Amino acid sequence: MLEEKSNIKAWFYLAPALFLLIIFIFYPIANALFLVFLKDYNYLQGTWQGFTLLENFTYVFRNQNFIQALTNTMIITFVSVPVSVIVALLISVWLNAILKLRGFFQTVFFLPYVTNAIAIGMAFAFLFNRDYGLINTMLGWIGMNPVNFVGLGATWGNAMFSLLVYVVWASLAFKIMVFLSGLQNIDKQYYDAARVDSTKRFRIFRRITIPLLSPMIFYITITSFIGAFKAYTQVIGMFGVRLGPPGNDKSLITIVALVYDALDRSGVPGALSEAAATAIVLFGITLIFTLINMRVSKNRVHYSGGGK
Amino acid sequence: MEITLKNLTKIFTNKKQPETTAVDHLDVTIPSGKLIGLLGPSGCGKSTTLYMISGLLKPTAGQIYFGDDDVTSVPPEERGIGLVFQNYALYPHMTVRQNIMFPLENLKVPKLEAMEKAQKIANLVGIGELMDRKPSQLSGGQQQRVAIARALVKEPRVLLLDEPLSNLDARLRIQTREEIRRIQRETGITTIFVTHDQEEAMSISDEIILMDFGVMQQKGEPQKVYDDPENLFAAKFLGTPPINLFDGKITAKKIKIGSAVIAPTTQASQEVKVGIRPEGFVVDKDGTFKAKVEFVETIGRDTTLIMIDPTDETKRFRAIVDADEKIKSGQEIWLSVKKHKCFIFNPETGERL
Repeated sequence: MLEEKSNIKAWFYLAPALFLLIIFIFYPIANALFLVFLKDYNYLQGTWQGFTLLENFTYVFRNQNFIQALTNTMIITFVSVPVSVIVALLISVWLNAILKLRGFFQTVFFLPYVTNAIAIGMAFAFLFNRDYGLINTMLGWIGMNPVNFVGLGATWGNAMFSLLVYVVWASLAFKIMVFLSGLQNIDKQYYDAARVDSTKRFRIFRRITIPLLSPMIFYITITSFIGAFKAYTQVIGMFGVRLGPPGNDKSLITIVALVYDALDRSGVPGALSEAAATAIVLFGITLIFTLINMRVSKNRVHYSGGGK
Repeated sequence: MEITLKNLTKIFTNKKQPETTAVDHLDVTIPSGKLIGLLGPSGCGKSTTLYMISGLLKPTAGQIYFGDDDVTSVPPEERGIGLVFQNYALYPHMTVRQNIMFPLENLKVPKLEAMEKAQKIANLVGIGELMDRKPSQLSGGQQQRVAIARALVKEPRVLLLDEPLSNLDARLRIQTREEIRRIQRETGITTIFVTHDQEEAMSISDEIILMDFGVMQQKGEPQKVYDDPENLFAAKFLGTPPINLFDGKITAKKIKIGSAVIAPTTQASQEVKVGIRPEGFVVDKDGTFKAKVEFVETIGRDTTLIMIDPTDETKRFRAIVDADEKIKSGQEIWLSVKKHKCFIFNPETGERL
């Protein structure tokens, strides 16, 4: 800092963003951390019966849907993230290689990003419809019996499969955009050099493209993990507030859904603290996996210019 | 291995611009085992020619032969060439060793043998100690050597270098060009290197190929091209300081600048461009060419006189004379011209007469 004046100026510029962040992010986080330690907090009257360290967390773990929510969230995360990263990578490399119609396909793959998640979810629910959905029609062409993916009494497995297809598809757009810009930043000379050195195409992909794209892949993997742990809108979009196919309610419940579930009971003393505790459990899970991610990728990410 | 370019042409087409002919019917044979400098101003088609030899660019017309094999339609991966790019194109995520071993892995050379070869070639180019570093931890000159090592390790039939010294500072440039010369001598690989720096090309090449506007202007040993330029372009492009040009004429079998007779000739009477190398002047009180000295530049070994062109007061020319001559600025002196340092050209076509 050269002069005191510039400091004041900086705060002045930061003020609008900071103001919004404090109201909508920092205060709620602090408040959640506070609520977690209140015993029988009554939201309507603003009263509580003393403090507790762990009681609110026991409500979370004793919730009859907790194991189901945890299982669903983990499945969504550990299936959709790797699959979508790999598929997005392949599509990006392909898009980067074609010359004709590239702009057109780029637009096609990017459209889901600017489309409402609920709307896409409804469209997917329709695609998977047993009687007139496109998927079952196509299965019919190859002589298979219609599968009840999302209809009345659909099994958890079928419903989860449909959900995963939708989640992967919806998350491709952003990944492709990031990978494509990353690919376009790779110096063409590396590929020329590799060609002159008689490198096979797959080897070029594995030994040159992937390492040079690794900062992007790392960034996308971390943010996708965090995003997937927060899965909720996708379930609502496809199955509505039942959180599962008709007759199999709540079978696709997720951890974030548990938060909303508790919030629905906010009139009951302690429910708000339970919601806060659920949010903190989710935060803990996200933090652990992000740290694992960072540790695993430490020696696999190559920042060009960085050196070391 | 001898490389023959036959009628080689490259036309770049672009929707928005008229097409450009980068290389125009180039016919040249590059002798085996020699170091050849492909020289010319920027945009003359020298890099385009190099990339066509590498196979990364497809010629519009013409053929490329490696020895007796027509390789025109052979893809770069099957040509067996080593290419050093202008920016080296070292893979930033690999160590020096991995970079050098990369071409060998593609050729399925066993790992142990590949490591040995990599070490040997690294020692040859003088980077044997740096094998575990990443390119970003190396200086420009070291990166350059890694690039050469990577190009050489697979024992290519031809080594191509695209402006290999342009990213180095002046001192390193001189050092590295000698290094390239040494490596080429030791390996005996036919080497073509592209440069726009005439001094660089002349100092290390066995032969230079001088290009302009996609057309070969002259080919030959550097000294030969310098001493016997075939046209005005060749005369102007080689030499620092550049050749002096005067508007002159031939009358009665004598070359004249203004009224001064410079040298006898066998050519018919006509208007000509007279080119005289700066070192072609001799201070001589019996000389025929009188001019006024504007500045005297002394560098010790010899003295450069910046002189006023007697036929056109706005023009200056340079004469490099013996340092023993005591000449002051403002002085008018008599000069004579060494006949073999004086060339005459057709003023329209630039052709040597």
